[in-house]
Amino acid sequence: MSDLGRLERFLRTDPRDVGCDEALAVLHIYVEVVAAGGDAAGRYPGVAAHLAACGPCAEDFAGLLLAVTSA
Amino acid sequence: MECARLPTRGLDEESAGWLRRLGAGGGERQAAERELHARLVRIALAEVRRRSGGTPVAGRELDDVAHQAAGDAMLAILGKLGNFRGESRFTTWAYRFVILEVSAKLGRHYWRNPPVALDAGQWERLPDRFGIDPARQAEAAGVLAEVRRVVDDELTAHQRRVFVAIVVDGIPLDALAAELGLRRNALYKVIFDARRKIRRALVANGYLEEPGGERR
Repeated sequence: MSDLGRLERFLRTDPRDVGCDEALAVLHIYVEVVAAGGDAAGRYPGVAAHLAACGPCAEDFAGLLLAVTSA
Repeated sequence: MECARLPTRGLDEESAGWLRRLGAGGGERQAAERELHARLVRIALAEVRRRSGGTPVAGRELDDVAHQAAGDAMLAILGKLGNFRGESRFTTWAYRFVILEVSAKLGRHYWRNPPVALDAGQWERLPDRFGIDPARQAEAAGVLAEVRRVVDDELTAHQRRVFVAIVVDGIPLDALAAELGLRRNALYKVIFDARRKIRRALVANGYLEEPGGERR
């Protein structure tokens, strides 16, 4: 079953997942909490669940975090 | 030029400074716009380079994408200054625009030289997509065949098309959104529902275990 781990993780959905629109609407706030070492996932669990499942939004998160921390 | 006088109360000093300068008239505003645009260009260029391994867009076209993204982000930021509520620093709020523009533009530019056509249906590549070791693909064949059966028999035509494009053919979600004229969120919800439907079928038919049940 271990070889199917990625497939199984991909298929598993999280009901807390808020979707792209809600996650991107607060991405700048979420990123600042992360950059400051705060508990962003605790404050925004639905956003954290989304970023764990949505590749494009996770890319946006990574890019914005890099922009903020490398400025 | 008329001064827009954007509200700055309660903002950190740097953010208040940006709003004061961008809301000022004449040379002060122009200087602030030039400085902000230069920052957006720098961030966009870094971002397209960071993403260059995951897109067929390359070379000079990547730089063009970055400059277009910075220009469009600048317009969006200036048009929405009144929406800034100080929930983050101004620059973080502004940089979000350029990062999202880079995503959207890379999605649109994907189709200038796409490595795979829409509706290609490369099911034979599905094991690779999920990192299944070639030596163990025979073991996984039953599960993957069931995934395909559910996709063919139980998904709607729209769900099937979106699932095949994104999951089977590996077309980036933003590229498919651009091609179909849909928002990223709309496609994500289609895939989300398809994932649930496929997982439930695999569990019901004994291909996957249900560890503690779905949380919904």
